[in-house]
Amino acid sequence: MRWIWIDRFLEFQSGKSAKAVKNLSTAEDFFRDHFPGFPVMPAPLILEGLAQTGGILVGEANQFQEKVVLAKIPTCKFHREAVAGEQLRFEVEMLLLRAEGASVGGRVFVGEDLVAEAEIFFAHLDKARSKQMFGDHNFVFSGELKHLLGLAQVVAQKGTDRQDSGG
Amino acid sequence: MATKGEIYSKVSATLVEALNVDEGVIQPTSTLQGDLGAESIDFLDIVFRLEREFGIKIPRNELFPEAVFQGDPEFVQNGKVTVKGLEELKEKMPFADLSDFEKNPEVTDFSNLFTVDLITRYIEGKLRAEGKA
Repeated sequence: MRWIWIDRFLEFQSGKSAKAVKNLSTAEDFFRDHFPGFPVMPAPLILEGLAQTGGILVGEANQFQEKVVLAKIPTCKFHREAVAGEQLRFEVEMLLLRAEGASVGGRVFVGEDLVAEAEIFFAHLDKARSKQMFGDHNFVFSGELKHLLGLAQVVAQKGTDRQDSGG
Repeated sequence: MATKGEIYSKVSATLVEALNVDEGVIQPTSTLQGDLGAESIDFLDIVFRLEREFGIKIPRNELFPEAVFQGDPEFVQNGKVTVKGLEELKEKMPFADLSDFEKNPEVTDFSNLFTVDLITRYIEGKLRAEGKA
């Protein structure tokens, strides 16, 4: 299964906040089984999309040099279900960014409806130890995520341009 | 200017959020790992929350020294912290109450030093140094 739960970034402010969307098509694999005759997006996948948005915000803040891993979700609330045909909007903002990790506050909307909210805590995998275990290769930001990162960087760049031109 | 009681209740509220425990469970003597079920990643979360709550910077390894005994066999012998090791602890953690630990300094009991009271004393010291307590 494709493990990217973001279709596109809408906004990206480096080190501050990000907004991304995910369109839910009836063709999504998970709707077949979750549940037959009652297709709703599994809540953990909604959370995964939010975490990916947040993880990229955290990764980009250090030019993707750190191995950013989801460490903990201290709080999470789901307010309503998400169904086929809807568009999820993931909004995250950086609460704290430090050498050891970061925490973000995130909310998921469909239009103006709040679907879910969570605080997500990311750790930077210890540089010395992760190098021993995994070498220099950054296994977090690789493969499919790279493509998405490219898109995020384009949006981030646009944001910078806009700020530079004072608009 | 924050009083010790105010600091304690903020620390307590921080732990409720970070560890998802009921406030009633938290006592000054509660140990973070043993009594409140904190895991390694929670310590970083707690540090982050304390920084935000109190507007202070907590340098890595200051509140929760990870490697205080690593790299020096003189600090631990036969599973016990040596006199030299205890001196090192006193220097690194002046906010820790070592009076009980000193009587039988089993290295496996080290984690029991990390109590709600220890965090409160640590924060109190930080705030006092900044003229806020």
